[in-house]
Amino acid sequence: MNFVVPKEKYLNRIPVISFGKEKKIFIGGENTLPFLKFEGEIPHKPLIAYEIQDAPPEDYPEELAKIYSSFWHDPVEWAKFCIELGAEAICLRLMSSHPDSQNTSAEEVAETVKKIISSVHIPLIILGSNHIEKDSVILPVVSEVARGYNCIIGKAQEANYRTIAASAMAGGHNLIAMSELDVNLAKQLNILISQTGFPKEKIIIDPMCSALGYGFEYTYSVMERIRIAALMQGDDILCCPMIADVGFYVWKTKETQASYEENPSWGSLYERAIMWEAVTACSFLMSGAELLIMRHPKAIEIVKNFINDLR
Amino acid sequence: MLVIGERLSIMSKRVREAMQRRDKETIRQISIEQYKAGAHMIEANIGPAEDEGEELMEWMVTTIQEAVPLPLSLDTTNPLAVEAGLKVHNNEWGKPLINSTSLDPERFVMFELAAKYNVPIIALTVGKGGLPRNAEERVEIALQLIEKATEYGILPDDLYLDPLVLQIATSQEQAKEVLKSIRLFRELNDPPMKTIVGLSNLSNGCPKEIRPILNKHFLALLMYEGLSAAIVNPAEVMETIKTIKVIMGNTLYAHSYLEI
Repeated sequence: MNFVVPKEKYLNRIPVISFGKEKKIFIGGENTLPFLKFEGEIPHKPLIAYEIQDAPPEDYPEELAKIYSSFWHDPVEWAKFCIELGAEAICLRLMSSHPDSQNTSAEEVAETVKKIISSVHIPLIILGSNHIEKDSVILPVVSEVARGYNCIIGKAQEANYRTIAASAMAGGHNLIAMSELDVNLAKQLNILISQTGFPKEKIIIDPMCSALGYGFEYTYSVMERIRIAALMQGDDILCCPMIADVGFYVWKTKETQASYEENPSWGSLYERAIMWEAVTACSFLMSGAELLIMRHPKAIEIVKNFINDLR
Repeated sequence: MLVIGERLSIMSKRVREAMQRRDKETIRQISIEQYKAGAHMIEANIGPAEDEGEELMEWMVTTIQEAVPLPLSLDTTNPLAVEAGLKVHNNEWGKPLINSTSLDPERFVMFELAAKYNVPIIALTVGKGGLPRNAEERVEIALQLIEKATEYGILPDDLYLDPLVLQIATSQEQAKEVLKSIRLFRELNDPPMKTIVGLSNLSNGCPKEIRPILNKHFLALLMYEGLSAAIVNPAEVMETIKTIKVIMGNTLYAHSYLEI
């Protein structure tokens, strides 16, 4: 008797999100769990966006500074460098707008966005600084400036989703909905955003990321539960692509910063830091993320190979 | 759970008059109200319909389906009227349901129709000898109904077993028997047999203000036992259905779960 591979039946299909203007890119569209291509279709590969910031970063550790410090005084140059490195998408984080940073105004960050969209012709994710009040001021202006460029805007949270969702809708963008590590809160935020009239099929869920060793398993398990609810319980509200904002969390950990001399048993900082980002990223692909935001080119290369090997 | 809107019934004076006058607007309005309240199917209960039953059922089916994109449950004891309804039913939104057959040989013609049109059917667990006294009697009848259905080529999956909900005011002890029947019916097959109730018969004859209370609480208990379908007033019970689905873990909780 021939062995027949038992197959799970799934009740839903993740919507396809397309973003970008001249060059469009697609994520989502699968009707099976990550990489289980024998059980369903996975039409689009997970995507990695290279993160850049609108001003020289205040907290990039040495391993990142080595690569980016000669470009980061100008976000356009920085973006172009990422494209040279092979970036398929760019994530611009408007970190300078944070009140504890330079507290730049909506008009100032909008100027940066204008420059980027006129000179960078690959799909763009535009993020605020995750400051609830400030994001609700700058993101509507940014959405308007980038109107028609079909970006991904983020992040809308429970305390500021109204203005951000309304402006993202007016600008024709996709929207990242970020909740705090809880499957029920993720669902609730999606309901609230949908109730504003924002199209559900343009929502990307961010269940709040974390780094390996720093609450990683919480994010992993929330992502897993969201995806299982969507595909196996037929929960339409949670049936959305997911994003993992990997670099932002990974490059804050001491494992990406402590030198060899500080702790010889940890081995080389270069390899350790890269692997910290790569392993965190690969794990979130396993739990369902379709979109990753990452920083180190070498880590990105490792994750890309991982994706291609598993497909 | 399959929610079948009960309001288009000959038992209601307003609906009865609308049927007699062929008043489309009233039928349309009640159909739309039930659809908006969350009904997955609409019941057209035209009663015995001995005169002009065929023409009435045709009119009901087309009038309702002009108003809402839902399949219908066809409720009458007149087989010719059922067949007339099946013929004009638009299956684009799902198959119609025949309501109903039983172990009374006069009703076996409904099995024939279900087989001929390949549609699901409700089987009441009553025999010729009158109402069943307890859950065990209902199960005995259910087994015979499953066998009968198989003779007609109807799969267990197309059979909805109805334990017959009785009035709490006159047959209080039967409520518990009905709950037990749902549990036992399910065990008669793997995957479990489908079950259905006409919910509001429970509170028939009770004061108007307590009827919804009785209906909703009984439905919660029925859902706990695994009920698959109910003929109900959707607006009255939707809150209960959503809440029990959350409590039973069938729907993932979110603060706004009642709004979706």
